Parts: sequence; structure tokens; C-alpha cells
Amino acid sequence: MKLIQISVFLENRKGRLHDVCSLLGNHDINIRALTIAESPEFGILRMVVDKPKDAVDILKRKGFIAKLTDIVAVEVDDRPGGLAHILQILYDNSINVEYMYGFVEKFSDKALLVFRFDSPDKAILVLKKNKINLVGAKHLGKI
Amino acid sequence: MEIYYRDKSIETIDRISLKKLQLEKLRKTIDNALKTRFYKERLKKAGVKSGRDIKSMADLEKIPFTTKDDLRGCYTDGLLSVNMDEVIRLHTSSGTTGIPTVIYHTRSDLDNWTELVARSIIATGANKKDIFQNMMTYGLFTGGLGLHYGAERVGMTVIPVGGGNTKRQMQLMKDFKTTVIHITPSYMLHIYSKLEECGFSLNDFNLKKAYMGAEPYSENTRKKIERLFNIDAYNSYGLSEMNGPGVAFECVYKTGMHAWEDAYIMEIIDPKTGRTLPEEMEGEIVFTTLDRRATPILRYRTRDQAFVYKGLCKCKRTHRRLSRITGRTDDMLIINGVNVFPSQIEEVIMRIPEVGNNYQVQLEKEGALDKLIVKVEIYSKKKGYRYEGKNIAPRPELPASKDYAARDSGSNFVSQNLGGILWQSN
Amino acid sequence: MIWNKEMECMDLENLKNIQSERLKKTAEYVYKNSPFYKKKMDQKGVHPDDIKSIDDIVKLPVTIKEDMRDCYPFKLFSAPLKEVSEIHVSSGTTGNFTVVGYSREDIRLWAEVMARALACAGAEPGDMIQIAYGYGLFTGGLGFHYGAMEMGLTIIPVSSGQTKRQLKLMNDFKPKILACTPSYCLYMAEEAREIGMDPRKSSWQIGSFGAEPWSESMRKEIESTWDMTATDVYGLSEITGPGVAHECAYKKGLHIFSDVFYPEVIDPKTLKSVKKGETGELVITTLNKKGMPLLRYGTRDVVSINYERCACGRTSPRISKILGRTDDMIIVRGINVFPSQIEHVLLSIEGIKPHYQLVVDRRAGELDELEVVVEVEEKIFSDEMKSLRALEEKIKKEIGSTLGIFAKVKLVEPKTIERSEGKAKRVIDKRAL
Repeated sequence: MKLIQISVFLENRKGRLHDVCSLLGNHDINIRALTIAESPEFGILRMVVDKPKDAVDILKRKGFIAKLTDIVAVEVDDRPGGLAHILQILYDNSINVEYMYGFVEKFSDKALLVFRFDSPDKAILVLKKNKINLVGAKHLGKI
Repeated sequence: MEIYYRDKSIETIDRISLKKLQLEKLRKTIDNALKTRFYKERLKKAGVKSGRDIKSMADLEKIPFTTKDDLRGCYTDGLLSVNMDEVIRLHTSSGTTGIPTVIYHTRSDLDNWTELVARSIIATGANKKDIFQNMMTYGLFTGGLGLHYGAERVGMTVIPVGGGNTKRQMQLMKDFKTTVIHITPSYMLHIYSKLEECGFSLNDFNLKKAYMGAEPYSENTRKKIERLFNIDAYNSYGLSEMNGPGVAFECVYKTGMHAWEDAYIMEIIDPKTGRTLPEEMEGEIVFTTLDRRATPILRYRTRDQAFVYKGLCKCKRTHRRLSRITGRTDDMLIINGVNVFPSQIEEVIMRIPEVGNNYQVQLEKEGALDKLIVKVEIYSKKKGYRYEGKNIAPRPELPASKDYAARDSGSNFVSQNLGGILWQSN
Repeated sequence: MIWNKEMECMDLENLKNIQSERLKKTAEYVYKNSPFYKKKMDQKGVHPDDIKSIDDIVKLPVTIKEDMRDCYPFKLFSAPLKEVSEIHVSSGTTGNFTVVGYSREDIRLWAEVMARALACAGAEPGDMIQIAYGYGLFTGGLGFHYGAMEMGLTIIPVSSGQTKRQLKLMNDFKPKILACTPSYCLYMAEEAREIGMDPRKSSWQIGSFGAEPWSESMRKEIESTWDMTATDVYGLSEITGPGVAHECAYKKGLHIFSDVFYPEVIDPKTLKSVKKGETGELVITTLNKKGMPLLRYGTRDVVSINYERCACGRTSPRISKILGRTDDMIIVRGINVFPSQIEHVLLSIEGIKPHYQLVVDRRAGELDELEVVVEVEEKIFSDEMKSLRALEEKIKKEIGSTLGIFAKVKLVEPKTIERSEGKAKRVIDKRAL
């Protein structure tokens, strides 16, 4: 149930984000979720796309530094306390969240969040046991 | 064991002659002190008009104590007893905030100080063949220059590294086959813990002795260091008000630090009553300078607690032995060899506009080194200063300062506000 | 005042005799005591007996920075270690340190020339000096300290940094003389204004500034900002540290104490002497040292020499301000930095390729800032901010512990560092001196 995320190293200068997005766009790759971690000098662009392997190839050919990372996409009830419920489960099972962000669009009545865990396999087991819906690559491709 | 003396006659002088010598010097010191603005008034009040009023060492009690606050009150020249053109050096305590203290030295003062340090070095069995790496910070902090001059007087080869930069310290110890170092115990342990990471092993070194001071530590720590490095570690005691290092130092027997009583009168007092305590009783150490011309200080309360060992040392030196420092009578902290008062930290952080009212100072060990963590609440414009539980007076409005920022940072500009040694890297 | 009138004002003929005498002795001494120089002289086919006057100096071999590195740690010493009283090291071009060993006499000599230098600046016995050069292995602090002690000044040994404390001490003790880098002096003015202190009302009347190149316009700025006289000091640790040369009140070049440090100016390409007064690399021979005398040491500093008698009465020749370098060394906050040192550090960190650039800048009223720009490689890229931050920290720390300097680290995308003819431009110096 793990998904693949692409991380790209970006300098903090004008137009770099646009460069990446238009490059992917020109190759018909769709960005489903995206976030930027930033420092004063550089940023790390993290995204979930429909064709991650192709995307990385294209980016690397253009000289970008890019990496693939396992993440988990979790459906969260779109109501007050929805996220807290999931975090409680993780906390009870001593699973650390390295970072998280939301998908651009909704796939159902639930919100969809990307999680990077310190131990993704354990997290998947625990969340499934607690009847939390995870979204796999196939599913993601369909919608 | 072979015992070496720098000046055997004075180091093994019989106690009666020593007391006589002290009395003579004390009288001169009082006459000299009467030339200062501060003691002129202070001694007059106490009814001491000249050195002749001191008939015997028992009369020492007639002389009032001098405190750190007195020294601060004398800043800058209240304790100066000579013309400025005779002064060739001055050392001030740290204090960008608050009032610092200053000690002036004439050429003969520096000469005497150097001689005491040289005597201390010889007492540990070191000599001119030794390669001496000085890891104490140079500058206004007396630890660096004090040992530097003493080692030079002994004729050692001096490598004046100063503090910090662990990897370079190790490289130099290896390349120059350093035999003696001057260091704080926590930094010594830090070096040990970083050996492998820096690519060295103990076999690379030729170390024989370590002089350790500037911070309190236990006998166990000494033993541990001696075992780990297979060296002899000697306790060193000194404070800038009494010149710096070279006030008391251990000899090869390492059973207490010989206080050089021809240069200082040492008393241990009950901090509450001010009464002198007998040997082996713990109390506050009080010193009187006997050889210093530019800044004589009488009965200075060090706020350091210790006791004096009973009996004669096997080395035959008659100068009494001071125990390691067991505590303080105030709230001063010693962080990696730097003296820090919580009030200093408060002054610094309270000048930063972004800081709210509450703060907490936490001292932790990071490996072998002390780590000071200052937790502050962030000032919020909307909420004003946050009060958490305690009722704290509103933050005083101080002019904004930029000294706190890391602007000036960089290895050549370390230790922004607190002075002294802050290990700069590794 | 002139500290050593006899030597500093000696007529040139007599001076030449003394220089000749001392050179002969030095050549004999190093030939006898230093295997390094014996070999060098033998290779060049020159024997101490061939040295009859100072003019024969050109027969002697030249010593270069690389010799310092190759001789690490003791091979350049002429005195046995037990006679060495003090050792100073600085970071070398790569790897090994540059070492200098001083005998007891050398320390005395250093104190003497520094006292001469301070007198050039205008100091008189009894004056008070604030020494804000770093103390320790860096020769700036202790060199001034020894000289001031020799002269009988009152020393405030502050060492570098802690600007507020520097200003407070100046205010409280009113020292007449300040010794620090010129850029730090200007930096302190900014700080002074910020705490409501008027720099023009400071007690400093004389400054002895050095350890980094500076210009006439900077001198004017310092003098008008602080209302003080700013003079230039020259020295390098290989020769002794500060005290090799110093400007007098006329500020028309730096008097080099040529009875002790004999200067030549050569063409760095041909190694031949240039014509009198022409510009070239300064080469110095120590004439009086015992611990580690150097023959014809190439300083890589570009200067010219003026041999005319100065209006101050000193006959010792004057070197110009440093006009440039014959290598790629840069000086940042008074610390010598070679790009090769940085490269060495970067290559010691796993996964980093030597694609880097050094950017030095000095904003108005600020101190020098060194930024090391490093291209990120796939191997070291992580999607976690903390790993990249840790990498930056590691680079900073390694540079700090190797060079003793604080550098900012900037990670950039691959192939973004400007390359000319395939070779990256290593240093961008944006400072206007």
C-alpha cells in the first residue's frame, strides 16, 4: 500500500518551481499532491504524480536532483477531529510522522493525506488493523 | 619519588619563618593598600592606620573582608595603588552587562605571578624538555596567558593553541609529541570521546601530564582521566582576583593543592560568622595578596568552598594544601570553564525584543561537555507578555541589542557575551 | 619616537655591512644545522663561503610555501626542539599545517621588532594599548603583546571578538592605541553608534591595522569615523608574525626592518630580481633568527620597495601596501584561506564532489563573510530537510576546525556554478576594499 513520492532539490530562485511543473506538464504527467519544505537557501519539492518513474527520468535528464521515497496515502474523515483520530492511533503505537501534507483534490468524501513515517510497513499494518482506509497506486491511477 | 623544586628554600621554609615572612609582607601590603581610594576609607573605619597596627598574624582579623561587590564598586581605579605608567597589563572579568572587575599588574607583579606558575609546573615534575600545549583561552581570561608565561619561564616549548577545535588539538598533540597540556576536565573527556571520530588513537600521543582547572570536578573524574589517557592529572586552582592560575597547585603526590603562602595568606572561614575554621573543616576560602603592588587585595572572599588538609605533605613543602573546590556560596555556574551568573543570562536575553517574559536555563551534558540550553517564550504582539502561572513583573524596556545575534559568530569570534572559553567546534 | 635609532636610522653603507655580516652567519648556521638547507644549497652548488656580502644573496636557494608543507613538522627547524620556546602553526595550503618555531632569542627579537613597529605607529612607553587581534596560535595577538610589553605599554589583552566588551573597555580605560584588523575597526564603529556611542569621541588616537589587505580609501574612512590615525602593519607568521614592517607617521610605505628581515623583490616567473622600485613578489630572508631561519622566502605578496630616506629619519626601506598575490589565497577576517584547503575539506566528506565556489563579501559596516557554494549530488541528496541541514552543518564544522574560520554553506543545484573553459571559477571576491 505504499506510494512513491518524488523529491526534487530546488534552489530558492525565481522560476524553479515553474520549471519543474511545466517540464512534467509537457510530458503529460499529472501532479496529485505537492508540498515544499524550505530553508533560506533551498527547498525540497515533494510530490505524488501519476507516473513517478517516468517523472524522475525526465527530471534527471534535465539535470535535476531527484529521489524516490515511500509514503503512505491515508484517507481521513473530513470532520473536526478526523486527523486527530489517526494521529492518536499512530501515537499509541509509537510511530513517528516525519512529515505530512494533503492531496490537491479529494477522491471521495474523505480528505486524502500523504504521510512519511519512520517505519512505513509498521504504520500500514497498524492503520489497517484500525480500519483506516489507505489508497494504493492502482486506486490513485484510476481517479 | 624524585622531588623537584623551583626554589627549595622558600617552598620548604619552616612554618614559623613563613608566618614571619607573611607578617612582614602583610604590613607592607597594608601600607600599599592605604594608597588606594577604597582601602584608605575601609581600613580607616576598621581602625587600621598603617601596617604597623598589625602586631601579629592574629591581628589579621582586624582587617575587614573584601567582597566581589567591593571590587565591582572599585571599578575602574578604586583599587589602584600605583601610577598608571607603572601598570603594564590589566585583566578584567567578563561582563558586557553588569559591572566587571579589574586587576592591574606592574612589571614586578607579572614577574611574581609568572614565578608562581613556574613553581607550580616544576612541582608537578615537568621541566624545560616538555612540550606544553595550552588549551585554555588566551586574552583577558587569565588561564591562557598565566600558564603561557609560567611555561615559558620554565623553558618548555609552548604551543599556544587556546580553546576549542578538537581535531586540531589532537593533530598538534600527535605531530609535536606534546607531553603536558593545560585543559578543563570536561574538555579532556570530550577529547577522549572524539578520538575515533577524528581519526586518532591514544597511541598517537606522547602525553604525560594534564593540568586541570577552571571548573569543579570530582576525584573520580580525575582517576577516570588518568586511567583513560594513562597520564598524571594535576589540580590547579586560581582566580583572576588573585592573578589567575598559580595560586594553588598539586605536587607529584596529588593530595591537595599547595597554596603558595609566601605570596598569599589563605584562610578558611565560616561564611556565616566570618570566623576562621580549623584544618579539615570546610568553609569559604579567603585570600590576601602579599606580593601584588598595583592591586593589593585584603581578605578576599572567593565564594569558593574547600578545606585545608592536615599535616605535612610527603614532598616536604610546608605550604598548606587546599582540597578540591567542593561548592560555591553563591549561584554562580561554571559552564565548560566559563563563570556564568544566571543574572548575566537574564540581562542578555531580556534585551531581545522578540523574547517574552519567561525563560529557563537548563544545564545538560552533551557527551563530556556542558551544554547550556536557554528556553525562552516568544513575545506575542497580540497577547503581550505571557504569564504562565507565576506572577512576574513586566519586562523592563531595554534598548534593542544585536550583540545576541550570531552576526559576529565564527570561530575567531566565539563566546559572544559570557567571555572566557566556549568551545567553538566539535 | 624611533625605538632603535641605531639600526633604523643607520646610513645605508653601514646597514649593508651589517646585513652582509648577518647573512654570512645565517648561511653558515643553516648549512650546519638544517639538513633541508644543506641539501638545497648543495643542489644549487652554493657554499656558505661563497656568501661574502649581502649582494651574494641571489646565489642562495629560494624557499617556498610548499617547502613549509613538505618539511612538516620540524625539518625546517635549525635549532633542536628543546631550544624551541614557542611554536605557532597556521593552516597550510592543503593538509599539513605551516609551522614556525621560535627560540627564546627569536621571541626577544620579535618583541624588539614589534616595539619598533609600535613606535612607527606613534606609541610611546606608558601609553595604553588594546589588543584586539586573536591570541593563541595566530601570531597577531601574542606578537603585539610581546612588542607592547617590550616597549612598556599598558596592555589590555582582549583578543578578538566580543565587540561590546571591546567598546566598554575602551570607554572605561581610555587606551590610546588600538590593534586589530581594519575591517573589524570599521565594524566596531557600527556597533558603537548602535549603543549610542560617538566613535569620534573614542579614546583611540592611533591604530595599528593589518592581517588583511586594505586601501587608502579605507584608511580615510577609519580616520574620519574614529578621528584617529590609522597605520598599516605587515607581517607573516613564517617570518615572525606582525612586526616585519610598519608605516610611520608619514604613511608613505611600510618601513621594513631590513637589518633583521632582508627584502628582495623578484619576478615570480623568472625568479630574477626586478629593477629597483618595480613591482614583484616580496622575498624575505631572516638575518637574525635561530629557531627557524628562512632563506629567501617567497611571501607571494606583490609589492614594490622604495629605498629613499623617509622624512621620519628612518633609513630602512619602505615596502608599498600589498598590491596583490601571486597565488589564489584570499584573506577573510584576517585569516588566510586557500581554495585548495576548502577543496580538501569538501573531498573528505563522503559523497561530495569538488564542485564548489567561494564567495567573499563585506557589506558596509560588516565583517567579511565567506560563503561556500556546493553543488548537491545525487548521493548526498535526501528528501528530509534535517539531513541536508546536517550536511551543511558538517561542512561548516569541518571548515571551522581545519581553517579556524566560520563559513556559510549554500547548497545549489548541479552544474549551476559558473565554469569557464570547463574549469570552475573558484573565488568570487565581491569586497570593495
